[in-house]
Amino acid sequence: MAEVSLSGVTKSFGDDLALADVTMTVPDGSFVVLLGPTGAGKTTTLRMVSGLDVPDAGQIRIGGRDMAGLTPAQRDVAMVFQQYSLYPHLTVRQNLEFPLKSPVLRTPPAEIDRKVGEVAEVLQISHKLDNKATALSGGEMQRVSIGRALVRNPAVYLMDEPLSSLDAKLRSDLRIELKRIQANSGATLLYVTHDQIEAMTMATHVGVLDKGRLVQFGTPREIYENPVSLYAASRLGQPRINLLPADLFAGAPEGARSIGLRPEQILQGEGSDSMVRRVEHLGDQTRLHLVFRDHDLVTVTDAHTKLKGGDIVKIRPRNPYYFDAAGARIV
Amino acid sequence: MSFSVTEPNPATKWLAGLLVVGYAVITLIPLLWIIATGFKSPTDSIAYPPVVLFEPTLEGYVNLFTDRTRATEQMLAEAGPPQTWYDEIARARGTVISGPSRYGERFLNSVIIGFGSTALCMILGTAAAYAFSRFRVPLKDDLLFFILSTRMMPPIAVAIPIFLMFRNLGLNDTHIGMILLYTAVNLSLSVWLLKGFIDEIPVEYEEAALIDGYTRFQAFYKVVLPQAATGIASTAIFCLIFAWNEYAFAVLLTSGTAQTAPPFIPNIIGVNGKDWPAVAAGATIFLVPVMVFTVLLRKHLLRGITFGAVRK
Repeated sequence: MAEVSLSGVTKSFGDDLALADVTMTVPDGSFVVLLGPTGAGKTTTLRMVSGLDVPDAGQIRIGGRDMAGLTPAQRDVAMVFQQYSLYPHLTVRQNLEFPLKSPVLRTPPAEIDRKVGEVAEVLQISHKLDNKATALSGGEMQRVSIGRALVRNPAVYLMDEPLSSLDAKLRSDLRIELKRIQANSGATLLYVTHDQIEAMTMATHVGVLDKGRLVQFGTPREIYENPVSLYAASRLGQPRINLLPADLFAGAPEGARSIGLRPEQILQGEGSDSMVRRVEHLGDQTRLHLVFRDHDLVTVTDAHTKLKGGDIVKIRPRNPYYFDAAGARIV
Repeated sequence: MSFSVTEPNPATKWLAGLLVVGYAVITLIPLLWIIATGFKSPTDSIAYPPVVLFEPTLEGYVNLFTDRTRATEQMLAEAGPPQTWYDEIARARGTVISGPSRYGERFLNSVIIGFGSTALCMILGTAAAYAFSRFRVPLKDDLLFFILSTRMMPPIAVAIPIFLMFRNLGLNDTHIGMILLYTAVNLSLSVWLLKGFIDEIPVEYEEAALIDGYTRFQAFYKVVLPQAATGIASTAIFCLIFAWNEYAFAVLLTSGTAQTAPPFIPNIIGVNGKDWPAVAAGATIFLVPVMVFTVLLRKHLLRGITFGAVRK
């Protein structure tokens, strides 16, 4: 296991700037989640670290060693792809053995059997080992593909939305499983997702990417509670943070263009009137859709609320975030 | 639930079946006729109206594989009774077998040149197609067009320059010359077909292999090749059929050592009059290797032809 550090990594594809001057350190043994919408540069970052793509500028170090000019095989990284992950002409067992049999590792057969058995056990695919890889369900395929990374003990695991194609139940099971494996083995893991629950539950650190730039890097709590920008603030939190014109409420600081209100930053029962448009009971959460001076707001409320559509409820911001015209946080 | 594919009704199925069978019969009749002619006697083979039911004989095959000389009564008597069944057939026509014909050699030449050029074409074609499919090759589109353009005229149009070139290089009437020539002619088709097949294989598989600790070449060999097998098989069939059936270059550039079967078969006609059963026998045997090769690879061929027909 090793620390991964990127400094000033820049990459463009034709005229598209995919990564702009990304500098970040993934500490040894940490679980770093890269968060951002499609096209933010998450996958590109993984590919730079893996060696599948080469940065135009900047440096990547794994375990202190400069990776420039090294092939993916020489970098000792394992990667889980989002799709097309299994070798279709091989069985599940052959897929899992594939990295162990590589010229780089040349694992003895007894060792291969032991590791494959172990990983198959953890991922609950032991009974499918002799199936053709193409004869699996989507969820099984993705588990095998994660397994193919886990049979190794690389410097860093790279995972590109490995759970996005799975159903909700399996996703939450594997989320816990991955976190457990990482915590037990002390593996360094760089993980790409756009699912904020994955980010919040698994990450020790979250990197927020916006159009190829790393806008914030910190623990999930830090990013949730202390976002540097409107963009970073809207990456985490469910329901999403409400963004309203700053002058809607009194007390906005100089230069503030918009106010950001997470549900817990909306105090109910005092302040100004707003109208309840709809109450949504989600089971674990009860959402209140409000209209405040022609602006829509979503917040959460008590599960046993008596409120219903058309009611009036008073609201007031409590320690809200203010953002300037460029979207940067005003502290 | 709705189905986008409607099951055809029995009448349509019957009609479709009838059409297919009808078409098959029409295309197969010449083939059956050649096979049948190979077992006819010379008289039956040119009978008019043509005979459909006849007494089969192996005379055509004996004549194909042997050289014979006309013998006088006295010579026949001196030679004693026929030793083998094929001797007997030759004697019945008043001839004795003087030795094996060159058909065997020519057939072997066809096998060496046909399969040799197909193999070489697959090796070069797959390598080139992989490079065009995966790497940033400078002037890629121009090069691909150039490769295709070598097939825009009939190959025989350049026969004379090739003849002169072969003469200067000492490649006339050699196996290696014919293998190189057929490879060159087939290569454009192979590169284009194979590029299509390799394009369809997601690059993620190779990337996974690269990360799993393999080199680019190992990834190609262990991951791409097995998946391209279907495409390679169907392309190989196309190449083999061309090289196997090629006539014009073979007539022009081969005469002895490297002569293939196609220019040899019509030669039979000239030797002992119009020996149609021997010609038909030669053609029948000539069909066998391509048929066997195609049947062996037919699973791939069918998949190969329909491969990539559906846009995802």
